[in-house]
Amino acid sequence: MNKLKSAAELERLRKKIVSQRDPKRTCVVTSVGTCGLARGAAGVAQAIAAELNKDGLKDTVDFRTTGCHGFCEIEPVVVIYPQRIVYQHVTPADVPEILSETVAKGKVIDRLLYTDPASGRKIIYEQDIPFYGKQYRLLTDSIRFIDPHNLDDYIALGGYSALSKALFDMHPEEALDEISKSGLRGRGGAGYPTFRKWEAMRSAPSYDGIRYVICNADEGDPGAYMDRSLLEGNPHNIIEGMIIGAHTMGSHDGYVYVRNEYPLAVQNLGIALEQAREYGFLGKNILGSGFDFDIKISRGGGAFICGESTALMASLEGHIGEPRQKHIHTAMKGLYGRPTDLNNVETWANVPLIINRGAKWYTKIGTEGSKGTKIFSLVGKINNTGLVEVPMGITLREMVYDIGGGIPDGKKFKAVQTGGPSGGCIPESLLDLSVDFDRLNEAGSMMGSGGMIVMDENTCMVDMARYFVKFLTEESCGKCVPCREGLDRMLDLLNAVTEGKGKKADIDLLEELGGVIKEASLCGLGGTAPNPVLSTLRYFRDEYKAHVVDKRCPAGVCKALIKFTVDAVNCTGCRVCAKECPEGAITGEKKKLHVIDQEKCVKCGLCRDLCKFDAVLVS
Amino acid sequence: MVELTIDGTKVRVMEGTSVLEAAREMGIVIPTLCYYPGLTSYGECRVCLVEVAKGKGRSSLEASCAMPVEAGMVVLTNSEKAVKARKVVMELLIASCPTSKTLQDMASNMGINKIRFAIKDRGCILCGRCVRFCKEQMRSGGIGFVGRGTSRKVATAFGVTPVECRNCGGCEWICPVCERACTANNLVNGLCGGCQNVAPVETCRICIGCSESVGAHGHSVY
Repeated sequence: MNKLKSAAELERLRKKIVSQRDPKRTCVVTSVGTCGLARGAAGVAQAIAAELNKDGLKDTVDFRTTGCHGFCEIEPVVVIYPQRIVYQHVTPADVPEILSETVAKGKVIDRLLYTDPASGRKIIYEQDIPFYGKQYRLLTDSIRFIDPHNLDDYIALGGYSALSKALFDMHPEEALDEISKSGLRGRGGAGYPTFRKWEAMRSAPSYDGIRYVICNADEGDPGAYMDRSLLEGNPHNIIEGMIIGAHTMGSHDGYVYVRNEYPLAVQNLGIALEQAREYGFLGKNILGSGFDFDIKISRGGGAFICGESTALMASLEGHIGEPRQKHIHTAMKGLYGRPTDLNNVETWANVPLIINRGAKWYTKIGTEGSKGTKIFSLVGKINNTGLVEVPMGITLREMVYDIGGGIPDGKKFKAVQTGGPSGGCIPESLLDLSVDFDRLNEAGSMMGSGGMIVMDENTCMVDMARYFVKFLTEESCGKCVPCREGLDRMLDLLNAVTEGKGKKADIDLLEELGGVIKEASLCGLGGTAPNPVLSTLRYFRDEYKAHVVDKRCPAGVCKALIKFTVDAVNCTGCRVCAKECPEGAITGEKKKLHVIDQEKCVKCGLCRDLCKFDAVLVS
Repeated sequence: MVELTIDGTKVRVMEGTSVLEAAREMGIVIPTLCYYPGLTSYGECRVCLVEVAKGKGRSSLEASCAMPVEAGMVVLTNSEKAVKARKVVMELLIASCPTSKTLQDMASNMGINKIRFAIKDRGCILCGRCVRFCKEQMRSGGIGFVGRGTSRKVATAFGVTPVECRNCGGCEWICPVCERACTANNLVNGLCGGCQNVAPVETCRICIGCSESVGAHGHSVY
């Protein structure tokens, strides 16, 4: 491949690629993102490739492996275009049938179809799945058309046209103005207006003219994987955003700081960078414009704190990943003391869209203060687990019930945790809250990077807060006292409460300590770490009181406070629980009432899960 | 020169001065631990917190040692919010290092009469004075931080004395904890009871019971 030397050459190439492709041609698509691979998509992809070769279908049928389509619950998934027939939970054994029946004859295989848990009906076509219905897939939709190892796929969809627009048709000032008008806010969590960062970095003096742009892909929140999905599925989108940003700000060096725990993202990004260099989108004299820019990958060592801007830059320089005081912003003095701009993966992904389609179009999506869409990873006690992209301003109720499909097993909704470990819990009474940066902050939570964990009635809020504080205690860098010692003592107090050793004064102490950690900590980790505790204290104080005053756990989770007994009415004496009890604590003859020996019982809850007659009670 | 307001008084100081230094110049006492003149500010201990107005009735707590002055800044060094946060931070410090006389005396000066948190004697408050002294003043860098969170400690690389170490003893000398170890072994409510009142300590004529009067390196008279 010769390097592209002008915008016209790029357009010629695009025309050539598009003309060679027939949209009506059958294409079998399987997603091999990390979620798919974990469920055996690699085997499915191999089987499809082998079968196509064997049957000689290769000439008439295309085959594409893509990143995650978003609906992780139904992985491994196979989609057949142009009809958009979706098959879920596909195994390599199903592949010959799919090819011989659906691809060759157009027959739909009933047993592989997705069943909507709400209505119970089987769904054939991708566009009819309710999970996708209320979404607005601005960034994630293209993933299903793109093989991340094939730059031509991205170009065919109009890729890098925003770059040529920014390079040739726009002055950097105009590009900045467009970002400013679009109201784009940082998707990493804090929601800082992107154009302000860009403007500050652009006008900051650099003694030797070196400036850096960095993409923050150190996504550490448990249960959040939006950035991973974007990097795996559509890496060129992020690269294009970064080049536009670099051109606007006058930078020639870029970094992507990505977690080493994302091997596939690192691999796909590496391949994409190589291809971009080959095509002339990176390196010297990009598209013949005279602008030079290149991107290096830096792999993180697995510290949660390295997602914080100053800690990330310290880590990039090879120092201990710990934050510093941010009185002098990184836009003035960041990486190696030069002006540096750091944006999240999702923020960068939005840039080409805004440049291409204009701020006027972009501002139509979203609310007054928060524009555009946001990707959330919807996980926890919810029917449809997966990545959802929604316009800002959608209500939590729509997300949980319409997109998420409600709570499994007919349980009751209790709370939703937004913003990852340092976000807060939002109770049922606030389900109609609109999801945008400002409303979530007001409710004591935050947008965060986009984790959304749904909890049902069987979740103990104290235990949940304890879990998150434990995570943050372990992930605190240990630099400043409130975060290091404060969180440790907070965990002690929460442990005492869940073990039934809490005192009434502990609740007030937790609140006071939480307030101080929030105010006095050095960086954003400590500044938001008490949120799980403070928000549960705000909305679920009764549960804390039940733990310390009545010494009981209303949700039946905290082991020290619960007791398992067998209900004399419901027990049929089936012996299932007695057989499976790991401690041998359950005795009883067949068809007679069983008894749990409280001395031996370790409260694992297995008997309750196994009992088909709801005969095991928790008190 | 930059003009700012500290505790209601307008003051003009050189650009680049920290809020702490500006306040000290005015004779206002702010307790410090990890701060040491001649070392870069680190902002670890958080006992020098002051309240900085952010406009629209909002304010935030900032470590004054690491906060450079800005024109028009409004600082309150002794507001209720700042004092309350400092006290909780002090409690946390004592809970992790109760055998330091410096800390015990500071707590006594702040009027703390009970430590409400579990005592876990780690013998070090990780203020990083020794680390910075070794690197910045001795130009050695023989010691540094190892580990993360509560398992963080000051150590040499791989646990062996590095060639960079010249045995100068500076790390020991500058430590606010080791230098004046408290021998009290019967803590009441986490506090030693305080020998501050019995020990012969020189005081200023205008003594306000500040932490400086019992600081690690004798006494600075204002």
